[in-house]
Amino acid sequence: MATEPSTGEHSGSPLARLRRRLEGPNTVGNSRRYWVGFAVAVLALVALPIATGGTGAQFSLFLVLALLGLSLSLVWGYAGVLSFGQVVFFGIGAYTFGVVSINFPTPGGITGAVIAGTVAGAVVAGLLGYFMFYGGVRNVYVTIITLVSTLVMLTFMSQTAGSEWTIGEAALGGFNGMPAIPLLTLGVEGVFTFQFVFNDYEVFVPLLGTRTFDPFYYLSLVVLLLAYLGLRVLVNTDFGRVLVAIREDEDRTMMFGYNVERAKLVAFTIGGGLAGLAGVLYAARNVYIDPSVFQLYFATLPVVWVSVGGRKSLLGAVVATIGVEYVRLALGGELALVAVGALLLLSILFLPGGIVPWIDERLSGSQVPVADVDGPDARAEVSDS
Amino acid sequence: MSNGLKQQAFQVRYGLGAVVAVVASLAVGVLVDPNLTFRVSYAVSFVVLAAVGLAIIFGIMGVINLAHGEFILLGAYATTLSAVKGGLPLPLAMGVGALVTALFGLTVERVVISGFVPNWIGRRTVGRDLITPFYDRLADSMVATFGLSLIMTQGARIVFGNSIEQIGVPFGSTAGYPDYRIALVGVAAGVLALVYVLFTQTTFGTRVRATMQDEETAKALGVDTERVYMVTFAIGSGLAGFTGALFAPLLSMQPTLGDQFLVEAFVAVVVGGASVVVGTSLSGLLLGPVDALFSDQFGEFAGRIALLFAAMLALRFLPGGITGVVDRVRDRIEEGS
Repeated sequence: MATEPSTGEHSGSPLARLRRRLEGPNTVGNSRRYWVGFAVAVLALVALPIATGGTGAQFSLFLVLALLGLSLSLVWGYAGVLSFGQVVFFGIGAYTFGVVSINFPTPGGITGAVIAGTVAGAVVAGLLGYFMFYGGVRNVYVTIITLVSTLVMLTFMSQTAGSEWTIGEAALGGFNGMPAIPLLTLGVEGVFTFQFVFNDYEVFVPLLGTRTFDPFYYLSLVVLLLAYLGLRVLVNTDFGRVLVAIREDEDRTMMFGYNVERAKLVAFTIGGGLAGLAGVLYAARNVYIDPSVFQLYFATLPVVWVSVGGRKSLLGAVVATIGVEYVRLALGGELALVAVGALLLLSILFLPGGIVPWIDERLSGSQVPVADVDGPDARAEVSDS
Repeated sequence: MSNGLKQQAFQVRYGLGAVVAVVASLAVGVLVDPNLTFRVSYAVSFVVLAAVGLAIIFGIMGVINLAHGEFILLGAYATTLSAVKGGLPLPLAMGVGALVTALFGLTVERVVISGFVPNWIGRRTVGRDLITPFYDRLADSMVATFGLSLIMTQGARIVFGNSIEQIGVPFGSTAGYPDYRIALVGVAAGVLALVYVLFTQTTFGTRVRATMQDEETAKALGVDTERVYMVTFAIGSGLAGFTGALFAPLLSMQPTLGDQFLVEAFVAVVVGGASVVVGTSLSGLLLGPVDALFSDQFGEFAGRIALLFAAMLALRFLPGGITGVVDRVRDRIEEGS
């Protein structure tokens, strides 16, 4: 616990206690300066729709995808399990949300659908993870199995066009996807409900005049913030330390008496739930979901974000997701894919540790070799297979 | 008898037995139901040809080439363009396709995988290496080659558009099945035999296997491991390009044509395990029929799903791949004898 003596505050104050839980060797940004910068960034995101004059509806997509990036950062960056299957849980969350909310299109039902989608992502991840980790599947083979399950889901969902693929009122719709997902309205009937999408409302801002706001943007911002801070707490607990130990040397961690399979399964399940929640928000935002979320190209995007941003950094996942997706949409058309490919190639070549840890190293002047990704975990893989 | 000789004797005895068994079942199949036999053996050779280049690069260098499908694309495009636009006869065009891809693979190895070119520039300008080689960095090599595959697919689309003119399928047909596909079965067997001879019977093959087993020791004994990796990657790429060349007349020439190979190739390599020839041919023999029979009975979708499920089950129960099982069986037999 004494690794960060810089807090310098008494343990009594609740803020200091909170800060100690958020900080540790497993995350970048453990200084007062970082938290000031963080607060500024959050305020900037809050003010973004006002400043740009838009409603933030477009930008909310990046926030939702950043949630997906965070889920991979936990699974790959901390537990060391490279998963191409985060989109499986993402898609399953989205489809579950669609099916449940179409069948129960009341605010209570839709709130339940959000929970159902998240839980579905976690359950599927848990099952797949149990099958893999307790089955002795390791390293690159885990990656291949997750890649294969993405392809299974793509093939499966693409052929669900027939009427036999209808769950209650909801038709899965094959290639055409599932349209007309009810508008995201959270709450309980008779107590309090609020519709989050397609419900722009006008607020008078001093000096700037009347502006319209998209409540969904703020919902996704809050969810992303909570997920980020929650994961920071998680990876700085003892459990987080075990995860990092597994990432660095799985066999040694096992020899020390830790239950490696269970720790990986728990991390994988949490990642699945987070990806499921991202999928729910994605489907709710677009009021539509189709099998393209299971495509190979989409499946690899989270890997792109996380490796560009720095896989061992939660902040890196968020920043890189927003950055890469912004560039991808801004370029548009034919060159976007080439740019994403080049970005990926160059970043893994020259900054294998990722951009955010690199910046952190420069700013703090620390000598911690964050770029040391060629760890012992990568060594033993081929030789023992 | 020394262990190596014993192993070789084992390989010769059982390898020949396996080849004879496969040929015999083929002969019986042709007599009983030629069409079905052709379809199954074509499916097997598809898996084998799709996987062999990937298997060499993965097994020997510990690099997962996610751009494998795009290497096949490059071979197919080079073949098609030199045949249609350049007017070359088809066999020559196929040679061009394989050669172009091998040279491209060589460039990729020098620039990206080994980082030789960036590091050379780095040493000249800033006085230090810029990147670490990707050998045995599985996850990183996957990410890097995926970036490469995005660039190649989209580059092909920008340069050549959404499709290019196709070569007609050569030869006629036997028992309602195209002769060209039957010929591909023979070619697949030939490729496997060549790879086997190259890696087991030549000095180069010995160097490669020494590097694969223990890089440091091989280097200490005077093997230029850097060159071994370079040539291996070029050979693997060349074989991927040759696969593209062979399938060029059969596929519609789109920038995404590599995707159809990627799944089969990955599944076969993973199911097969680290040994190139034994692993690839056995997983081809296992997965090809599964694919063909399920596609026959329940449509192409079911074949795909069956293939993927077979792969998942195989991974679950054979974590070392088929090669691991073969090794275990061999050890047991040797202990018994």
